[in-house]
Amino acid sequence: MSTTTVTCAVRDSTTMFRRDVRHSLRYPLMTLSGMIVPVFLLLLFVGVFGNTLRAGLAAANPAHSYVDYLAPGIILMTVGSSAAATAINICTDMSEGIIGRFRTMAITRTSVLSGQVLGSLVRTVVSGALVVGVAFGLGFHASASPLEWSAAIGVYVMLTVALTWLTVAFGLASSTPAGANSLSLIPQFLPFISSAFVPVATMPAGVRWFAEHQPFTPVIETLRGLLTGAPIGHNAILAVGWCAAVAASGYVWARRRYDKGPATQAH
Amino acid sequence: MTASRSSALKAEGLRKSFGDKVVLDGIDLDIAQGSVYALLGPNGAGKTTTVHILSTVLGADGGRAEVAGFDIAREPEAVRAVIGVTGQFSAVDNLLTGTENLLLMADLHHLDRRQGRWLSEQLLERFDLVQAAGQMVATYSGGMRRRLDLAMTLVGRPEVIFLDEPTTGLDPRSRRTTWQTVRDLVADGVTILLTTQYLDEADELADRIGVLDGGRLVAEGTPDELKRRVPGGHARLQFRHLDDLDAAASALGQATRDGEALTLDVPTDGSPQSLKYLLDRLDQESLTVDSFTVHTPDLDDVFFALTGHPHQQNEASP
Repeated sequence: MSTTTVTCAVRDSTTMFRRDVRHSLRYPLMTLSGMIVPVFLLLLFVGVFGNTLRAGLAAANPAHSYVDYLAPGIILMTVGSSAAATAINICTDMSEGIIGRFRTMAITRTSVLSGQVLGSLVRTVVSGALVVGVAFGLGFHASASPLEWSAAIGVYVMLTVALTWLTVAFGLASSTPAGANSLSLIPQFLPFISSAFVPVATMPAGVRWFAEHQPFTPVIETLRGLLTGAPIGHNAILAVGWCAAVAASGYVWARRRYDKGPATQAH
Repeated sequence: MTASRSSALKAEGLRKSFGDKVVLDGIDLDIAQGSVYALLGPNGAGKTTTVHILSTVLGADGGRAEVAGFDIAREPEAVRAVIGVTGQFSAVDNLLTGTENLLLMADLHHLDRRQGRWLSEQLLERFDLVQAAGQMVATYSGGMRRRLDLAMTLVGRPEVIFLDEPTTGLDPRSRRTTWQTVRDLVADGVTILLTTQYLDEADELADRIGVLDGGRLVAEGTPDELKRRVPGGHARLQFRHLDDLDAAASALGQATRDGEALTLDVPTDGSPQSLKYLLDRLDQESLTVDSFTVHTPDLDDVFFALTGHPHQQNEASP
């Protein structure tokens, strides 16, 4: 790739990013929708089930309130629910024909998608920050040093990039926004069967095996370790590996779908 | 294949199938620079597929084509830099305002800020969108969206413009405006490939017309050349009473009589002399004619003669 190609790619991606930001500012609901479910779950699990869960988890989670155990997982759930909005955005864009116009223009091919991913990243980080604020309001106590906070933000961004590329591919592969939405339920619901709500050790054998080996668990464990000082172990490596794999396959899938041309053929 | 200097677009044997369905079965085109070429055909004839292939959105299965001297398969980026595409479904960003849509195009064409602003203002003015410039496109009417769509296409100052059914679903006034824009563009030296299912549109705008049916060009020529290929016109006499019709039929001899509609079609070339002669005859015989219309062959007749099926009938097929 020559320097001019790179310059053009950056310039076009920036243009696409600005377009996405403008959409977000005009429809703040898109950003807010990503945090509605996580905030609701926080309130439900801390305010309603909190006491029972704390008693049940006393062995695994001594000296901590349940919100300290729960918050890291919920913060990461924001990534999944924000990614759903991305899938719907992309799919709507596709059906409205503006992407068709971009295809006929001499602009860097990836810029259309990478602009959206960047925009999504910003939206997801904003949602995540708001959810962290709510967690603090509910008594979440983080023991993280500034360095650990930076690393935690890094983990959050890493998962966001991975899931966003995946849901961009979902959005491109679905013929209707409703279809895009149902595909993106997968990353939204996976955290339920992970270590987000209760430690995997407390689960029945089959479920436990799944929860231990699915991608969300190591990411959640890493974030929890960074924020509350729980042991991380090999989870950090696993988290990076999973995120890299998801990001790469999402990227390749999305590029392939995009380069393939119009999904539906009119004559 | 080398495109001659005056060719803005040249295609040879373009083919495309989707699964088992052959959509394009060897299309040849040669469009002179600064002219309007209309691809005329019913839905499903392969018009949009042709546009998709020539605008590099879709790969052809066979054949080759050059747009402004660039090969569509080997130099798609160069082709994209000189073309503009406006389709049947407006490719506008609904969540942005009219001005923002135009500035988005200016940014993507790497114009500098001031140039972009200046050009957007010019285009808003030209397409009568100044009033709505600050409004979200989602609130625009169909005609306004189509105008904005075309304005966005012009930001890149394309040499070749593809207009895929530009007036389908537009009201008559917006249709006229679009036609005028097409004429203005051609006057500036732009080459236009227009697809349409409206015969009058092709007749009105095109320098040459290609009649597309079932993925093949069944005829090609100027509107007049195509019209000359079908049998001549006639004058239609409408009567109020059957007696009058019968009297006229026996007096005028060579004519087609329709007893139910009470009409008589008399062959004529449409020239003033022949029409005067016909009217004089009616006068001499003291025949009472209710109305009198002259019918010259139109592209509907051409279409029927060339494809063997009426233009409308095929409309519903995919």
